[in-house]
Amino acid sequence: MYAQMIKSTGKGIKSLDEMEPEERAFQERIDAGGKIEPKDWMPDGYRKNLIRQIGQHAHSEIVGQLPEGNWITRAPTLERKAILLAKVQDEAGHGLYLYCAAETLGVTRDQMTRDLLSGKMKYSSIFNYPTLTWADMGAVGWLVDGAAIMNQVPLQRTSYGPYARAMVRICKEESFHQRQGFDIMMKMVKGTEAQRKMAQDALNRFWFPALMMFGPSDKDSVHSAQSMAWKIKMNTNDELRRKFVDETVPQAEYLGLTIPDETLKFNEETGHYDFAEPDWEEFFQVLKGNGPCNTERLAARNRAWDEGRWVREGLLAHAEKKRSRQMAAE
Amino acid sequence: MSSPESSEYDGTEAAPHGKARTTEWPLWEIFIRGQHGLSHRHVGSLHAADAEMAIKNARDVYTRRNEGVSIWAVEASAIAASSPEEKGALYEPANDKVYRHPTFFDIPDEVGAM
Amino acid sequence: MSTDPKFEFLCRMGDNALVLGHRVSEWCGTAPVLEEDIALANVALDLIGQTQLWLGMAGEVEGAGRDADKLAFHRDVWDFRNVLLVEQPNGDFGQTMMRQFLFDAWHLAQLTALIDSSDKEISAIAEKSAKEVTYHLERSSDTVIGLGDGTEESHRRMQAALDLLWPYVGEMFLGDDVDAAMKDAGIAPDPASLRAGYDQLVGDTLAAATLSKPEDDFAHRGGKSGARHSEHLGHMLTQMQWLQRAYPDATW
Repeated sequence: MYAQMIKSTGKGIKSLDEMEPEERAFQERIDAGGKIEPKDWMPDGYRKNLIRQIGQHAHSEIVGQLPEGNWITRAPTLERKAILLAKVQDEAGHGLYLYCAAETLGVTRDQMTRDLLSGKMKYSSIFNYPTLTWADMGAVGWLVDGAAIMNQVPLQRTSYGPYARAMVRICKEESFHQRQGFDIMMKMVKGTEAQRKMAQDALNRFWFPALMMFGPSDKDSVHSAQSMAWKIKMNTNDELRRKFVDETVPQAEYLGLTIPDETLKFNEETGHYDFAEPDWEEFFQVLKGNGPCNTERLAARNRAWDEGRWVREGLLAHAEKKRSRQMAAE
Repeated sequence: MSSPESSEYDGTEAAPHGKARTTEWPLWEIFIRGQHGLSHRHVGSLHAADAEMAIKNARDVYTRRNEGVSIWAVEASAIAASSPEEKGALYEPANDKVYRHPTFFDIPDEVGAM
Repeated sequence: MSTDPKFEFLCRMGDNALVLGHRVSEWCGTAPVLEEDIALANVALDLIGQTQLWLGMAGEVEGAGRDADKLAFHRDVWDFRNVLLVEQPNGDFGQTMMRQFLFDAWHLAQLTALIDSSDKEISAIAEKSAKEVTYHLERSSDTVIGLGDGTEESHRRMQAALDLLWPYVGEMFLGDDVDAAMKDAGIAPDPASLRAGYDQLVGDTLAAATLSKPEDDFAHRGGKSGARHSEHLGHMLTQMQWLQRAYPDATW
């Protein structure tokens, strides 16, 4: 999910016999379910891959604040306002935990931020879609957080210690996120005609983008094998996507909403739903920068960063002055 | 900025990995002892301009301002480690923000696990 | 709107929290640094919580069936009772934090005094809120000092913010009939009685921040009485109230 445009080493996976002793010990530890910690030996590819994935995961949380932040000032009750604000605040916190996990690998938060702002590092494609009604707050919590949870729960067992521990903390907080979204949807579908239409419209716009969150189809996903061997990736894209559909369809039925996929049908033989794939051409366009909101999202982050520079520098300067004064006084 | 490949953002050259630029806030590791805890446990890290700010930020980020917790902040670069054991995460939700608890939302059983 | 002084007083407390909480929440996702984003959200969450308490009580006192949401989302500008200071736009981060500090210093003094209110419910709300606002004031004064005594640029911006916002300080200490009634009933302090302590605290903080307090003590007024709000409030309400106004028969 956060591994967009991460290149593999291109060399194919080595077998244990082909590895030098250090790497073999490293791989064996991973195979046995052990954790790799910051100061342990690790292949360069593992380090680079992790920096990219954890970094992009962190960027996704931060950029993810924007589509929902869009509705904080228009939340329809004091309670909804507080709940939404708490959720968006959590996302900032998640970004923070993840940046800190990535920093254990020898990169700084500021460097990763610069790479985000320049377009060098990516964030999850879903956040390039606009939030147009209050029902979108429901759809985002229900579908987007739902998809994220599906990906994040297994990541609690990822091989890199700091990443796994960040995921444990994040997963504890994430459950409230999805529930509050679903709660909004329930309220809407039981409400006025306009609210029901809003809810259906939100589902219509977010269904396929949510499916895209899991990344391209396995057959088009060239670089997964090494990530899976390193336990940086725990499930294939298609596995997760199928699990998501299976869980979400009954939820949509409960809400009395129609998923915008006419081919959707339960398959008695496989025990899973058959469903239409998203438009992959649209997905790759969004990755390239041609999604509805790419420009705005990145501009907003750039603006926050640029306009905040004087604040960061000012507070740092003050801290240094304090330190000098303390030293002079001693 | 329609194409992420073309960079309009004029960031200057990144410093080599591991070295903070002089305008970056340093990284601090945070340790918290909860109200009924016996010792401080590592909960994670954050950035701050100095130790005082690190403690205040920790209150916001890691305790959501629970009272009666004790916070230690140590600059990450000051920590010497042999084989580092990062302590387990401690998360204590603020008690009056009840909507943070998944049980606050009444999700009907028919909906399935959430 | 009722002319019961207690109702008016409760709206004043609630509307300050509502308007300021809304303003601060506008920063979510765009603050200068992640830690600050989280901290500001905490402040906004506290203020929204306080809004529910004050306006909730106001609705009960009024006895016309209006709850906190009804009061927040269905009154127009002329019925709002917040001071002018809190409806001022965010501006840059310095302006936001200066506004926060100037308000927090009054807010904490007011809440501390209200803990001794003859009205038990007001006393309870004040006691809970005072704990939160102690923290708000600590943070905002630290930031004012840090940026005032930071770089040349941060100093310049903080001085500009102070110059801009100082004319809104005086209103918080102006007493009128509502305040007189509250004082007589032992419910709330005379606003003017808080001024000396305020000047002391603010003076100390500004000195540490190397900032100069403006000479002119002129004070804009019209917010807490509702007689004349600034143009900003109307725009803010069009954002805040729009959904409820557009779909009056919906529950959310």
